[in-house]
Amino acid sequence: MMAILIDNLVILPIVLPLVAGALLLLIDERRHALKAAIAIAATVALVVIAIALVTIADTRVGATGVAKVTTYLLGNWPAPFGIVLVLDRLSALMLVLTSILGLAALIFSVARWDRAGPHFHTLFQFLLMGLAGAFLTGDLFNLFVFFEVTLAASYALMLHGSGQLRVRAGLHYIVINLAASTFFLIGVSLIYGVTGTLNMADLAVRIPDVPAETRPLLETGGAILGIAFLVKAGMWPLNFWLPTAYAAAAAPVAAIFAILSKVGVYVLMRLAPLFFGAGAGESAGLGDWALIVGGIATIVYGAIGVLSSQALGRLAGFSVLVSSGTLLAAIGLAEASITAGALYYMATSTLALGAFFMLVELVDRAQDPAAAVLSVTLEAYGDDGADTAAVEEEVGVTIPGTIAALGICFAVSGLLLAGLPPLSGFVAKFALLSATIANPTGEPGWVIWTLVAVIIGSGLFAMVSLLRAGIRAFWAPIEGVVPRVLVVEFAPVAILLTLCGCMAVFAGPLMRYAEETAAYLHAPAVYISDVLETPRKGMDGTP
Amino acid sequence: MELTLAAAIGVLVASGVWLLLRPRTYQVIIGLSLIAYGVNLFIFSMGGLRMDVPPVVDGATVDPAQYIDPLPQALVLTAIVIGFATTALFLVVLLVSRGMTGSDHVDGREPK
Repeated sequence: MMAILIDNLVILPIVLPLVAGALLLLIDERRHALKAAIAIAATVALVVIAIALVTIADTRVGATGVAKVTTYLLGNWPAPFGIVLVLDRLSALMLVLTSILGLAALIFSVARWDRAGPHFHTLFQFLLMGLAGAFLTGDLFNLFVFFEVTLAASYALMLHGSGQLRVRAGLHYIVINLAASTFFLIGVSLIYGVTGTLNMADLAVRIPDVPAETRPLLETGGAILGIAFLVKAGMWPLNFWLPTAYAAAAAPVAAIFAILSKVGVYVLMRLAPLFFGAGAGESAGLGDWALIVGGIATIVYGAIGVLSSQALGRLAGFSVLVSSGTLLAAIGLAEASITAGALYYMATSTLALGAFFMLVELVDRAQDPAAAVLSVTLEAYGDDGADTAAVEEEVGVTIPGTIAALGICFAVSGLLLAGLPPLSGFVAKFALLSATIANPTGEPGWVIWTLVAVIIGSGLFAMVSLLRAGIRAFWAPIEGVVPRVLVVEFAPVAILLTLCGCMAVFAGPLMRYAEETAAYLHAPAVYISDVLETPRKGMDGTP
Repeated sequence: MELTLAAAIGVLVASGVWLLLRPRTYQVIIGLSLIAYGVNLFIFSMGGLRMDVPPVVDGATVDPAQYIDPLPQALVLTAIVIGFATTALFLVVLLVSRGMTGSDHVDGREPK
């Protein structure tokens, strides 16, 4: 039993949410305690599995100390004929991020949001399934399918809680993503038409040998495919929908959407060095310049948006763009040391943004009393009248405990988003910028310095904007309403921010992991040979 | 045949793009459907255009030149199913938006 479990551990992050989601569909909406318990249990199990998978992916084998790439043959057909799942350090890292953020958002939602509409938990599990599948698959068309699973769940979650604002933003979100999906299909079919394969490892083998007369078709296919990912990642000018949609989504949904925009970044991070890396012959470095220029433009657009946002939700949405832009530019530079910094930055910014989206909703409750009296949620509130009374009896200006705790969390996430010491946001930006300034790829100096200036400037803009918002939310209202915040709503935010703190403390081992992952991504020979040479199970006596 | 197929894909996608850029939700959904048809035909054509050849190997002849590539056909099938589902979902959102705002404009309100 245990051996079977370990053998099939790679597919569990897909199967477990699928089964849990299907099971939740059968339970009546009124038994929400049971539904929430099942959903949380499944997601906790997902976190455990993801951590186990990181351990597997980080295990070294052989004399060279190269980490093993675990290939799971679906249907026991060898690659490139069957669809494969591939577990390596990058996919394991993304799985851990997804499961932790998913668990935090799910715990947050239990307080009230999961009852704001039907089938929240089912959709949430399907979203996790789609994300896990997209991170694990080693096949381009299978990636499309998991993208669509993720998106279909996200369309419904986007509309969760209903309301005119959400429906309008959701309508735009759906149209944009449907259009992007057709780009995905066109790109995939062009690449298939030229190379005759959809397996990523096999594609990497065949791309250098594509004859000159069909190479333009291949590069067109790659570029069109890239557009589909860039829409998801939110590169300027494909991102005008993103801040509105993320600000309109319910808080736990917006929190998990923080990793949704990283799916596009993840795919580019994996496929750019694999398909169009140094070994790709004439196509080497395809699109790198577009990524650098687009990344810088995205950071500028996001930073201006951050500075000009009045509502906290929009501020968070534009912060997603800044994070995406930074990552895209780092991918465009196509160098292992920069990618290592980018990986660390991706982890910390995803967790910080997830926490911030949830925090925004808690803070907004203080500013808008009407938001705190949503009909669905009244039953969820405990009777905390006693606490409020005790605070009011004191003399002088006191800051209530809830506000103080929220304020501390706000300050911490502000430090993370602006990239100031002592938290992991600073470590991430430092790693990224020091690798960029060293300029190992020999890009023109003005490009490097523009990027550095823009990244530092975006941090400054974020700090100014967050300071302004923080003062307005926590210090200005003397007669302000104390928001009612449950422990289950506060805890996920605090946990995510504490994790970011831990990431700063354990920056050494984490950067080691990131550096090894980046080095592995930029030397795809290991990936290719491990995937293509995986033997079938149960044939010729080998396990 | 190549010319006919290329023209069909071109007309479908061009009409689809034009409709997608129109302000009414109904036009948008028809546009998306037309683009999806064009794209499906496009995927189909990526396996090569052959008349009267089977996609399934029967075992009698082993020469691959006697068959049409079956993979694009499987891909089209998947794409059709997914496109069908997402179009249905979009249709629901379209109706919800119409009901909530009383307008079929994509922005939920009539332009001034």
